[in-house]
Amino acid sequence: MPGTLVDDVELIDAGRGGGNPPPAGGDDDGDSSGSQQPIPRRAYFTALQLGLAAIVMFFMALASSYIVRKGLGVDWQSTPLPRVLWFNTAILLASSVTIVVARKKLEGGEREAFHSWWWVTTGLGLLFLAGQIIAWRQLAAAGMLLATNPSSSFFYLLTAAHGAHLVGGILALFYVAFRPWSRSRISQSTAAELTSIYWHFMDGLWIFLFALLTLGR
Amino acid sequence: MVTHENGGGHGQHQPPSGFIRKYIFSIDHKVIGIQYLCLALFSVFLGMGLSALMRLHLAWPTTHWFFFAGGLMTPEQYLALVTMHGTIMIFMVLTTAPQSGFGNYFLPIQIGAADMAFPVLNMMSFWTTFVSLMVMVAAFFVAGGAPIGGWTSYPPLSALGEIAGPGQGGGETLWIIGLAIFCAASLMGALNFITTLIDLRAKGMTLGRLPLTCWTWLVTAILGLLAFGVLLAACILLLLDRIAGTSFFIPGGLVITDQVITWHKGGSPLLWQHLFWFFGHPEVYIAILPGMGVASHLLSTFSRKPVFGYRAMVGAVCGIGFLGFCVWGHHMFVSGMSPYSAFAFSILTMTIGVPSAIKTFNWLGTIWGGKIQFNCAMLFALGFVSLFVSGGLSGLFLAQPSLDLYLHDTYFVIAHFHLIMGVAAIFGMFAGMYFWFPKMFGKFLGEGIGKVHFWITFIGVYCIFMPMHFLGLAGHPRRYFDASAVTFLQKLQPVHVFITYAAFITIAAQFLFLFNVIWSLIAGKEAKEENPWHATTLEWSIPSPPPHDNFGGLEPVVYHGPYEFSVPGAADDYIPQHLAPNLVRKA
Repeated sequence: MPGTLVDDVELIDAGRGGGNPPPAGGDDDGDSSGSQQPIPRRAYFTALQLGLAAIVMFFMALASSYIVRKGLGVDWQSTPLPRVLWFNTAILLASSVTIVVARKKLEGGEREAFHSWWWVTTGLGLLFLAGQIIAWRQLAAAGMLLATNPSSSFFYLLTAAHGAHLVGGILALFYVAFRPWSRSRISQSTAAELTSIYWHFMDGLWIFLFALLTLGR
Repeated sequence: MVTHENGGGHGQHQPPSGFIRKYIFSIDHKVIGIQYLCLALFSVFLGMGLSALMRLHLAWPTTHWFFFAGGLMTPEQYLALVTMHGTIMIFMVLTTAPQSGFGNYFLPIQIGAADMAFPVLNMMSFWTTFVSLMVMVAAFFVAGGAPIGGWTSYPPLSALGEIAGPGQGGGETLWIIGLAIFCAASLMGALNFITTLIDLRAKGMTLGRLPLTCWTWLVTAILGLLAFGVLLAACILLLLDRIAGTSFFIPGGLVITDQVITWHKGGSPLLWQHLFWFFGHPEVYIAILPGMGVASHLLSTFSRKPVFGYRAMVGAVCGIGFLGFCVWGHHMFVSGMSPYSAFAFSILTMTIGVPSAIKTFNWLGTIWGGKIQFNCAMLFALGFVSLFVSGGLSGLFLAQPSLDLYLHDTYFVIAHFHLIMGVAAIFGMFAGMYFWFPKMFGKFLGEGIGKVHFWITFIGVYCIFMPMHFLGLAGHPRRYFDASAVTFLQKLQPVHVFITYAAFITIAAQFLFLFNVIWSLIAGKEAKEENPWHATTLEWSIPSPPPHDNFGGLEPVVYHGPYEFSVPGAADDYIPQHLAPNLVRKA
């Protein structure tokens, strides 16, 4: 037998594509008629990271457009940022803390405490969105509309794009709270972990955008 | 068949029984792959029809035709054809068929998975693409007609609305919305592809044992994941300029159709170009990379030789993918950019010649001294190499700013990108179709008619696009509605006539292919063997067509590299990837 075949046997043992047998499959995204297969837990984390990479590219395109458009300088006027944004930022940072507490409670088996902290996080997320809308109304009342000047255009665009992504996070928070997890392919704990990663990311993204809007006015 | 048999596996599942769940809103990656291929087939004939009208007009611009109102095409209609031909071909054919079509069908099987990682997301990805196509095609039927800005849709004209021309009204808005929807669909697909490939590989399917098709699908998906988000952002900015009165891309002081534009100021059309081409150049590789994978795969299989320099091929694919993000500026040499920027983009662009040359030499190395089987799949794979080289060489001309100043926006560019991105990629698809058809449908495509199809198409595309190089060198600008109205272009008119005849013959040959597909599905030769080509990868270890969950609920185990052909000491000239070492017959 050729030597290559012996090497192959060794490769199988070290094979990255092999590894531990994946966990048994449950239902397939709620669909019992599909091609079911056990999906390893790590696949959800891979997918989340890839999704975040795509979101980064989307926001980097907008942020670099912001910088280029400001650099043209012809008609750029600084948009005065409503103070409520600082309050909103504090709210969102607080929600990142509460989601960490919620996950710790879930891991500790304290389900009621988990639910309480999870709802606090959801509430803070909704409060942040309400605060963003207040900021919009204040700006609009001051006569700064979407098309008033490029600075205000970007303000509305960036906050709206972030808000839309945060709505996705809030939907995920509801999903984790309400879904019957006993029949699912992944545990509630995994889903909570995925949601919290996304939530922290939205938090960090807002800090970046707020810094851009504040420092790059 | 050794490690996995159809039936009896503990994890085997029955396919859905209802028509709608089985064929329409299916979550089976194979059905979704075929849906994508059908969408691309519809789109390619639509796009080809549009190009036929363009060719007809270019050859005989003053002849009256009954199918145009008033007998003659208008300039706006011509530009709408240019725009929609490019858009439909690039997004709905070149982006969907090689990656979402063949990739969807064969990536999970080639890595030994039962399906994609997220089947429902996969279904949503297809139907979102379908909606995107419908929105784009709807642009033909709104007041003012289809957009006229070309597939690059440069502002400021694309951002101003109807004032900039009839097609710049509702048609352009639909085009942008359709493209934004397509971005969302592509992002879903890319995420699913990468996750599947990273986390769902069968036991023993190491990265070093991935077929090169899978490598190219992986790199293509990474390009899509990183590029489509940028295009989506650009589309949103352009849409806001059009409907919300913002000025991201519209400068002040424009005079359009005798009207001074006072409500926009300060924007930069070049900003769009940067955003668009940051997406647009990776998009070129999204179109061509899967074709490279198929060509590598087939050249090895039908030469009965391993791929020459497998690791170098993987490195070249990754290198091309990486460099694809560094060269967008070469589309903008005439935009007034700094010569230093142009120099950097030029050097980086020519650097792509290195991995491209590695691939070309390795393809030649693969077939060198092999027992070549000249079937249709192999012919199209060889045709791919030919077209890739022919189209690639002109890229070296265009990569130099000093030459590009002259050649930019001429037919030379049209010839370049059609050869390398258009027809080379389509040859990759044809190769894949002739190769995988028996696996997908259990029937062979007709070889005789296939060879006629190949030779007419191969000679035809050269007859269409080679003369275009000379048109470009003679200074013929692209997108001109009527070249016969320009004195110095009048002498070139016979070339246009020749190209049009060549185009019509080539188009006619595509109906041979369509007939071949339909006839073979009905009465084609049965593919009774699981592995009629004596190929090595996992899709040839299961029945044709594959069962609902691919491996009958069993998990395949991979013991070999993807291209173990003519292994010394083995009795057969191929060793399937799943064949346990103790089952390999000695010579």
